[in-house]
Amino acid sequence: MIQIEDLTKTYVMGEETVTALDGVSLTIGRGESIAIIGPSGSGKSTLMNILGGLDRPSRGRYRFEGEEVARFSDDQLADFRNRRIGFVFQSFQLLPRLSALQNVELPMVYAGAAPRARRERAAELLERVGLGSRMGHRPNQLSGGQQQRVAIARSLANQPDLLLADEPTGALDSATGIEVLGLFQKLNAEGLTVVLVTHDRGVADAARRRIAFRDGRVTEDMRS
Amino acid sequence: MSGASPTEIVRFAAGAIIAHPLRSGLTSLGVVIGVAAVVMMTSIGLGAQKRVTDTISGLGSNLIIVTPLQPRTAGGVMGGAGSGQSLSDADTEAIQRQVEGAAAVAPSVTGMAQVTADGANWNTSIVGVTPDYLEARDLTIASGRMFDDRDARQGRKVAVLGPTVVTQLWGEADPIGKRIRIRGAPFEVIGVLGSKGQSSFGRDQDDLILSPLETVRSRIIGRRIKADSVQTIYVKAVSEDELGTVQEEIDSVLRTEHKIGPGEDDDFQTQNLASILEASRAAIGAFTVLLAAIAAVSLVVGGVGIMNIMLVAVTERTREIGLRMALGARRRDVLTQFALESVALSLVGGLIGLGIGLLGAAGIAAIADWPFALPVWAIPVALSFSSLVGLVFGAYPAWRAARLDPIEALRRE
Repeated sequence: MIQIEDLTKTYVMGEETVTALDGVSLTIGRGESIAIIGPSGSGKSTLMNILGGLDRPSRGRYRFEGEEVARFSDDQLADFRNRRIGFVFQSFQLLPRLSALQNVELPMVYAGAAPRARRERAAELLERVGLGSRMGHRPNQLSGGQQQRVAIARSLANQPDLLLADEPTGALDSATGIEVLGLFQKLNAEGLTVVLVTHDRGVADAARRRIAFRDGRVTEDMRS
Repeated sequence: MSGASPTEIVRFAAGAIIAHPLRSGLTSLGVVIGVAAVVMMTSIGLGAQKRVTDTISGLGSNLIIVTPLQPRTAGGVMGGAGSGQSLSDADTEAIQRQVEGAAAVAPSVTGMAQVTADGANWNTSIVGVTPDYLEARDLTIASGRMFDDRDARQGRKVAVLGPTVVTQLWGEADPIGKRIRIRGAPFEVIGVLGSKGQSSFGRDQDDLILSPLETVRSRIIGRRIKADSVQTIYVKAVSEDELGTVQEEIDSVLRTEHKIGPGEDDDFQTQNLASILEASRAAIGAFTVLLAAIAAVSLVVGGVGIMNIMLVAVTERTREIGLRMALGARRRDVLTQFALESVALSLVGGLIGLGIGLLGAAGIAAIADWPFALPVWAIPVALSFSSLVGLVFGAYPAWRAARLDPIEALRRE
């Protein structure tokens, strides 16, 4: 599904040029469950941003289902993020003014879905993550684990091909973290491709394939 | 690809405004005040124009007013209106003789004087006129009679009083046949004028005494003017169509009388009501535009207020913007959302301002007994102008929001 060849990303910070990714090549197949691990500054977040279409590589190729994402325009990237990618963030990133249901509807609004269809789909997704009784609650009325489950429901709204989760358990206690990881495993078992970014070995062990990063390069790529 | 529908973007914008009612209200306040000021000023200006139109029409119909004009002296100094003494009885006669379309020619002089009668006293205008004055000025006699040419020739000390003078001196009593003293000289009251009421400039048109021209010149005004001098000649044209022709004829007759050669400046001026009306309208119109322009400055200040708050909002909501972009919002969607937000703030302010402005103008009209004019065009203009203010001042903050880098934006605390 995804082919990355010689992917390089450099940033100019003041006088210095920082190389965040240094010639990374990877192939990710449909239905895989991958954990990208490494210390902070290893380039794992940069890779995730490029995979998710939030950033463009400085050099190299990124093919997604045969399309060259690195050459997409801003609008094409927006649509790519909207339809192909589901994001789950460490800090949940829910809009505080909106209810759980409205938060889940948001990606469908930008996809141009009809209000009725979008509401039904959002309600169904919230049922699926076990929040059927909390749809009208606002984020500040929900616990951290519940908020992250709303965020996961939101990431599934437009039936993405790839779920990208950046430290999804980083803001949760360990019991809740295990629950959330269980949810990812369940989604993966249903066929969804999941890529987790983490610095936590324990979290990484939940994935079937682990790719370790250091100084912008892949140091380890193992499957269990 | 369809993208977010416009209604959804409107809902996002409205949601953000409703989320901070106090802040949104205060932000709109600048536009509220600006639009209210513009609407109020134009409405008052229109009211003034209406009032002047009514007043000038009330002066009498088909009227041409001839007044002296001092020619420029060697030093270039102009005398004030009415200060010249270039008009005389000879001019009146020349107009009567030579201008065919003149239905009535009425010379007049005016002076202020103290009037006493039966222990009461009053200060009023004493207007020296000929019997034709009534016709020229559309005046009527309510009781008694107007003096005639014989009274005038004999220089009799008779007076026709305006209703206000009667009330001030005697209250309700019938004044016909009573004696009054003007500047100490005894006069006999022979008539009372019909009421013309207050002029729109607030001057009481009933506060005057009419007396024969010759009598007023010699008894009241005295040595201040030449013995045959006239201050104003009122000429009534036979019809409105003749107004222009009659005015031209008067000009040519007087130029001949005054021996003014071609290319030389007139030492008099003729005005017909239409031209006076037009001149006052133009003056008030210019004044209204000036007032509205000053008021429009506050609208611009209101726009700057909106820009300020929108810039704050973009900073505050950086994470929201980043998230929306991550979820698939295009830059255009973000741009539209923030631009709509500022347009909505400004437009709602414009609507409220329009209401306040109209209420204020109506209130002023009611208190000041001033005609209320609803500037119909002001409604679409105020609304489109306030939307424009929102768009212009919201454009930069919205552009800033749309240019944000989603990764940076998401990372922002």
